[in-house]
Amino acid sequence: MMLQVLADGLVVGSIVSLGAIGLTLTFSILRFSNFGHGEMLAWGAYLALSALGWFQTLVGGGPFGALSFGWPLLLGLGVAIIGTVGLALLVDALLFQRLRAQGAITLVIASFGAALALRNLLFFIYGGIPMYYSEALQMAVAILPRSFYGGLRITPDQMFVLGLTLVTVMAVHLFLQRSTLGRAMRATSLNPQLVRVCGVDPERVLRATWVLGGVLAAVAGVLAGLTVQLRPTLGQDLLLPLFAAAILGGIGSVWGAVIGGLIVGLAESAAVMWIGAEYRAAASFAVLIVILLVRPTGLFPEKT
Amino acid sequence: MSEAAVLRIESLWAGYEPGLSIVRGASLEVGGREILAILGPNGAGKSTLVKAVAGLVPVSSGRVLLAGREITREPAHAMASLGLGFVPQTDNVFTNLSVSENLELAAALQRVKRSRLDHLYAQFPDLARQRSLLAGRLSGGQRQMLAIARALINLPQVLMLDEPSAGLSPRLVAEVFRVLRDIAAQGIAIVLVEQNVKAALAIADRAAVLVEGCEKVVAPAAELAGDARIAELYLGRHVEAQP
Repeated sequence: MMLQVLADGLVVGSIVSLGAIGLTLTFSILRFSNFGHGEMLAWGAYLALSALGWFQTLVGGGPFGALSFGWPLLLGLGVAIIGTVGLALLVDALLFQRLRAQGAITLVIASFGAALALRNLLFFIYGGIPMYYSEALQMAVAILPRSFYGGLRITPDQMFVLGLTLVTVMAVHLFLQRSTLGRAMRATSLNPQLVRVCGVDPERVLRATWVLGGVLAAVAGVLAGLTVQLRPTLGQDLLLPLFAAAILGGIGSVWGAVIGGLIVGLAESAAVMWIGAEYRAAASFAVLIVILLVRPTGLFPEKT
Repeated sequence: MSEAAVLRIESLWAGYEPGLSIVRGASLEVGGREILAILGPNGAGKSTLVKAVAGLVPVSSGRVLLAGREITREPAHAMASLGLGFVPQTDNVFTNLSVSENLELAAALQRVKRSRLDHLYAQFPDLARQRSLLAGRLSGGQRQMLAIARALINLPQVLMLDEPSAGLSPRLVAEVFRVLRDIAAQGIAIVLVEQNVKAALAIADRAAVLVEGCEKVVAPAAELAGDARIAELYLGRHVEAQP
C-alpha cells in the first residue's frame, strides 16, 4: 500500500509541480500571485481536447503501444502549448499590463477576475459535462507484487506523465541556467533594477515569463487530462495544490516548486488512501497551513 | 576640462512624481579621463541626477548627450549598450550569485566575449581570487569592486557611481578610489556622487556642488578642497552660482 501511495502521489505531484513552477516564476518575476494560473492549465487541457478531435480526423492512427493515445494527442499538446501561451500573453496585454503600475494587490484582484472569466468561458464553450481524451480503459501494469509493501501498479499513461514531467523540468532547468534569457529571468527575480542597469529589457523578460508559464501550464493541463476527467473547474481544483506547492518549495525557487509539488501530491494521495477521497483538497490545505506556521519562507527559499 | 565633453547634461529637470522635480535645471559635463565629483547636502538631488541620466528616473525636460548623441529618454536597459555604465548605491550586485556568475551574467546580457572577463580579473585580482564566493559574502569593499567590474564589462565611455564609499572603512574607500583613478586613466569618464567630500575631492579633477537640484558651484577639485563655499553650501546658506 505504501508504494502505491507513493506512485500515485508522484503522478499527481508531477502535474502540480509543473503548474507550480509557472506560478512561482510569475510571482518572483512579475511580483504578484496570479490566481488565474490554474485556469491556464484548464485551458491547455481543453485546447488539446479540441485539437485532438481535429487531428484524429486529419492524422488518424492508433495509440502508441500500451498508451491510451497516439499522434493526435501529441499534436494536440503542441496546439495547446501555442494556444495557452497566446492566451497568457493576451490576458497580460488586455489586463495585467494596464494595471502593472497600480501595484501587486490590484494585480492579484485582477487575476481573480481573469480566473472567473476564463473558467466561465470554458463552461460556455464546452459545457459542464466531464470529458476524456480517451474512453478506452487502461490496465495498470504490476511493477511489484502485492507481497512487497502492498505492491505497485501503474498505468502506461502514468509512466508517460512521470517521464514527460522529468524531461520538462530538466528542460526548464537548463533554459534558466544556460540561456541568456533564462539567466535574465533569474536575475530579474533577484534584483529587477540592477537587471535593467545591466541591459535587460524588462518587458522582454515579462513576456518570456508568460510564455514559459503558458508552456508549463499547457503541459500540466494535458497531463492532468490524461489522468483525470476534464471539467471546466479543473483549474480551480488545482489552484490550491499549486499555491501549496509553490509556497512549500519557497516562492521563487524552481526546484522548490518541483519538490513542493511532489510533497503535495504525496499528501493528497495519502489522504485519499487513508482518510477518504473527499478530504483530498484538505490535504493541500493542511500542507499549506503547516508550512506557513512552521517555515513561512518555504523549504528552499533561495530564488530560482 | 582637458578633453571634449563625453557626457553633457543640459538644464535637466527630473523627479519620481510628475510635477515634483528633484533635479531642477542641472547642467554639467564631463570629459574622457576626467573624474567629476557631484557633491551636496542630503536631499540635494545628487542620486536622482545620476539615476535620471541612467534612465531610472523620469526626465521632464532638458537633455543628456553621450558623445554627442542624445540619450535623454532612452530606457535604462539601453544605456549599457550605448556606453553608459552605472553603479547604484545599494543592491548593486546579485548577492545570491557567485562573483564569477555575477560577471558572466553581465557579460552574457551584454553579449560580451569571455576574454573580457579575463581582462577584468586581471584588473581586479581580488575578485579573481574570490570568483567562486557568493557575492553576498564579500566584504563591502569587495562588493563595490564587483559592482564596478560589472559596470565595466562592455568598456563604457562613462561610468557613473552613486556613493561608492557608503559604509566602507577609510582604507577601503582609498582602495576603491584608487581603482577609479586607474579606470579614468584608461580614458573612461567618471561621474562620482559622494557624501565623503574630502575623499572625493582628493581624486576628482573637478567637482560640482548641487543644492536643491541644481549646481551652485563647479570648479577644479583642488580649488574647492580648501574653499569655504563648500561648508556654506552644506550648511544651506545661499551662494551665488559660478559663471
